[in-house]
Amino acid sequence: MTQHDKRFMEDDFLPLPRDGMEPDMVVRKSTSFTKDVWRSFRKSKTAVASLAILSILVFFVLFGPLMTKYDYFSNDYGDVNSPPSAEHWFGTDALGRDLWTRVWVGGRVSLLIALLATLIPYLIGMTIGGISGYFGGKLDGIIMRGIDILIGIPPLIYMILIMVILGSGNIMTLVLAMSITGWMGSARLVRGLVLQLKSREFVVASLTLGASPFRLILRHLIPNTLGIMVVGMTLTMPSIIFYEAFLSYIGLGIKPPNPSWGQLIKIASEIFRYYPYQFIFPCLCVSIAMLCFNMIGDGLRDALDPKLRA
Amino acid sequence: MLGYIGRKLLTAAATVLILATLTFFLVKLLPGNPFLSETVPEVIQQKQREYYGLDKPVYVQYLRYMGNLLRGDLGSSLKKVGRSVVGIIAESFPVSAKLGLISFLISEAIGILFGILCAQFKNKWPDYLLMIVVILGIALPAMVLGPLLRFVLGVKLRILPVTGWGSLEQLVMPAFVLGMGTIAVTTRNMRASMLGVTTQDYIKTARSKGISPVRVVMKHEFKNSLVPIITNMGVQIASVLTGSFVVESIFLIPGLGKYFVDSITTLDYTLIMGLTIFYGTFLVVMNLLVDLLYGFIDPRIRLK
Repeated sequence: MTQHDKRFMEDDFLPLPRDGMEPDMVVRKSTSFTKDVWRSFRKSKTAVASLAILSILVFFVLFGPLMTKYDYFSNDYGDVNSPPSAEHWFGTDALGRDLWTRVWVGGRVSLLIALLATLIPYLIGMTIGGISGYFGGKLDGIIMRGIDILIGIPPLIYMILIMVILGSGNIMTLVLAMSITGWMGSARLVRGLVLQLKSREFVVASLTLGASPFRLILRHLIPNTLGIMVVGMTLTMPSIIFYEAFLSYIGLGIKPPNPSWGQLIKIASEIFRYYPYQFIFPCLCVSIAMLCFNMIGDGLRDALDPKLRA
Repeated sequence: MLGYIGRKLLTAAATVLILATLTFFLVKLLPGNPFLSETVPEVIQQKQREYYGLDKPVYVQYLRYMGNLLRGDLGSSLKKVGRSVVGIIAESFPVSAKLGLISFLISEAIGILFGILCAQFKNKWPDYLLMIVVILGIALPAMVLGPLLRFVLGVKLRILPVTGWGSLEQLVMPAFVLGMGTIAVTTRNMRASMLGVTTQDYIKTARSKGISPVRVVMKHEFKNSLVPIITNMGVQIASVLTGSFVVESIFLIPGLGKYFVDSITTLDYTLIMGLTIFYGTFLVVMNLLVDLLYGFIDPRIRLK
């Protein structure tokens, strides 16, 4: 055994020179969760293109009405049903109102409804589902059986009934009707996620170290469910846009003179044969918005799902 | 399996009960009074209220309404004088059912077929071509596609009749508009599901045993990728029903959807109420059937 024979030299016990070799140094900046998701999201060309197109649409919805001198409610009987021109970029409707402004103002209404009628039900659902999943036991059982029953009632049908009672016509009644009918799905989703998370090591560790329920919910449960919630919300948006268009189409949505995309489509579809341009523009907006939200949602879902990552 | 069926049945029954109760009290909340009139003397209005039992306390009215409901009596229409709600349903439901069923079955079949094709030709031109169909189906809701098709095929090209009900040609356009969304969603689900199944070990085993590729696709991949399609069927039935409101109004088809929309515009409260309960119950029963079918096909579900 030669190694035993080897004698130690004096300089064996001197520290090695430190030439910039920090053992604990992290070479690259660590990526945050958001950055990581964004990096995967960017790989999907359709999702990025959809995001760009939707941004353009939102830009026009916000600033389009400022680009002309017309407002959305003033009539001009001297200039009725005129086709798109330099004066009226999208033409005018049967009352001589400028359609360019009406389409974008209608977009504000439709997108605002889509945003609120997605956010509010999700907040309700997250609260109820979170409570149900976090506390568990009898309370969980009762809430879940209740949701099982409520989720079986077709939302659109009693959305219509609520609209008839509340008196249709403005944004808030529509949002209220959609909020009452739309929270069950997200409650179920959050409850499932919270149940899953509760048994995960990092939550158990945090609990063992004496974290308060408040800290547990705020630091661990909410951040870890947020991603999936955002995906759910993005995929809910197009159906809300559809519901608004649908309710307006059957006469329960936004009342004139206030425009919304659904309402513009309804009015234009009656005179489609003679003035197709009045129909085309709001339809394009609805189609583009629905498609883009769907594609972005898909892209986000793929980006958030670690199983799909290479 | 029995426990599974029992649980599903109980939930469905509770749902229908809650639905009917909710509808009753929501309609009680409706503003106004069906017999309010300036020309009819107060005494007669009082008599009318008594005749319909509207002077009784609400809980008596509720119990009576539920009793009538159990006997299949939904009252009479307020605006279509002399017609019962049940009579209207009996007359218009077969129309809607025919349109809805044909549209649903054909579009599910097309969707499944497209999905298989997409999965087999993944990232080749048939896949991309069919994906365009899917995108159009997602982006074109019935109120956009309906008037558009009616204009192009009915008015400009004169291939198909513009509106109406009865002949086979009159069925084509509404059924297509109604089923477009279902085709899109089913194609997408089937494609994803099939691609998921293709990478499973048992498919590898089947191939390594030397089973012909067609047989592997049809017998092993197809069967196993059907589960998500069946789960989604409940949603698709609901979407076909929703679509029928718009489609029947656009193409002037005398079905339930058209009556529903009409009853809203004319504020025919009893008809709205009756149709709401009928639609709700119908969907609950359909979802129940889908759930049972699902449990029947996938043993993992019923054993949980």
